[in-house]
Amino acid sequence: MAMGEIVKDTREGQQSIVGKSMATRDAYGEALLELGKKRDNIVVLDADLSGSTKTGKFAKAFPDRFYNIGIAEQDMIGTASGLALSGKIPFASTFAVFETGRAWEQIRQTVCYSNLNVKLIASHGGITVGEDGASHQSTEDIALMRVLPNMTVIVPSDGYETTQVINVIANFYGPVYVRLGRAKVPAVMPAEYEFKIGKAYPFHIGRDANIVAMGIMVSIAIEAAKILKDAGIDAGVINMSTVKPLDTETLLNAARSCRLIVTAEEHSIIGGLGSAVSEFLSENFPVQVRRIGIKDSFGCSGKPEELLKLYGLTADDIVETVKEELKK
Amino acid sequence: MDKRDTVFLKQQAKRVRIEILKMLTEAGSGHTGGSLSAADVVTALYFCKMRHRPDVPNWRERDRFILSKGHAAPLLYVVLALTGYFDISVLKTLRKIGSPLQGHPCSKTLLGVEISTGSLGQGLSVSNGIAIGLKIDNLNSRVYCLLGDGETQEGQVWEAAMTAAHYKLDNVCAIIDLNGLQIDGPVSKVKAIEPVASKWSAFGWNVIDIDGHDMEAILNAFDEAETVKGRPSAILARTVKGKGVSFFEGKVEYHGIAPTRDELEMALKELDGNG
Repeated sequence: MAMGEIVKDTREGQQSIVGKSMATRDAYGEALLELGKKRDNIVVLDADLSGSTKTGKFAKAFPDRFYNIGIAEQDMIGTASGLALSGKIPFASTFAVFETGRAWEQIRQTVCYSNLNVKLIASHGGITVGEDGASHQSTEDIALMRVLPNMTVIVPSDGYETTQVINVIANFYGPVYVRLGRAKVPAVMPAEYEFKIGKAYPFHIGRDANIVAMGIMVSIAIEAAKILKDAGIDAGVINMSTVKPLDTETLLNAARSCRLIVTAEEHSIIGGLGSAVSEFLSENFPVQVRRIGIKDSFGCSGKPEELLKLYGLTADDIVETVKEELKK
Repeated sequence: MDKRDTVFLKQQAKRVRIEILKMLTEAGSGHTGGSLSAADVVTALYFCKMRHRPDVPNWRERDRFILSKGHAAPLLYVVLALTGYFDISVLKTLRKIGSPLQGHPCSKTLLGVEISTGSLGQGLSVSNGIAIGLKIDNLNSRVYCLLGDGETQEGQVWEAAMTAAHYKLDNVCAIIDLNGLQIDGPVSKVKAIEPVASKWSAFGWNVIDIDGHDMEAILNAFDEAETVKGRPSAILARTVKGKGVSFFEGKVEYHGIAPTRDELEMALKELDGNG
């Protein structure tokens, strides 16, 4: 099967996105459109949410390679699987809660068991979905995808990283789940950053504590680290954008350098990044771990910033946790 | 040989049934009833209708067969072995540790299996995706998808039925093995699916209703399906569960159990005896 043009440097032509605050779903829409121009084996599927997931841009440019499967997520995953079997590279998008929840068993049986080259790109991850409330807020998706054999799980932190992720996974064979967000997020990744699957990005390794974060929590962790620095606490921040496979080397290095690891995720503390980090460290380098995340509950309606505060996902929450733990 | 030779195909169907029974007895477990009910339809596909190359399983222009009712794995394995995908001696490893012949078909362990199945309701969606891909590539290969009748209780089947009609996938041919029985009893008692023909028709499909054990009718149905343009075809194959072995026929208990050695002996006598 022709694989099309291989993108050598994933950063090429994306300098305009560096430093730009944007929703990761918007970066996806742009990246997918560009990818479609370069490679004719990219096909896109959506389940009636192409305006929200931003696959609509690709649909408009390449109507012959876009399939709206309607409000039928299970069928969308199956159809994407068939397209993968035909040698296409399908990108299947809908909201995270429907993609990973409604169609979980289709992803397990058909995509992962057969190890198909299907890219599952979900928008509306986490509680910052906002006003739509708990039914549309995905706080379990990472757990659901991480448990599946053959699956790679990626949560980009900003628009620039998202663009790179989309280009990298198009050149990588196998099932991949990418979680994107609805709300605009600050740019955090530097221009020289190059995304690699399974490679975390440490902004700084702290001697007192290290905050391991994914997605929107990376920028919040950076903010927390600044506050802690002013208080005389050396806290590092690691962007663990690939949740599976976990970058255990960087994690071990961070754990060896400090007294405390804090995980930060816009996801349940059960089964997500906090669990992945805890599982690894408890077996390999037992160190104190604290998990910042949704504490076994559903979300609710509200503005994204109000929700982050309500569920304890702000920089102040991280600061407080670090201080409290280091006092012990 | 004449490819449309129904005498030859009936002989092959009998061989297929004999090998199914032998491998199931050897395995000590597996799905007897639904493998036997669909044996004639699948024999017609692999020994006559489908364009495929057992020596090049991934031949790009092949017709595809998707076993959505994955529990009929023994049937698929037998036709693959008898048409030359692998040595027939492998059949006796069914369900054993390390075997490529998993309890339900696994595409990672056995060439010739297009997609892993076993969890019901998913094969038609996959067939649609393959069919779309074939159209994109301007290939005129066809996709055959075998579903169980109980399986159509799965909602995803109807999602896929809508998709195939919406995208005018005339290269998709679904075969519904209407053997009338599912694990808990008659389909009509567990949860009725009739009227089947008008359901598929209402979903935009060309419907062909046949006796699923009549070889001539089976071949005619596949030919008709190939001539229908602009919409997918559904062949409603009215069958008997356990077909070919009198004491298995119509018995719900033989959905998911294998023949004993004594039953195998009696069954082989019957199959050899009745022409």
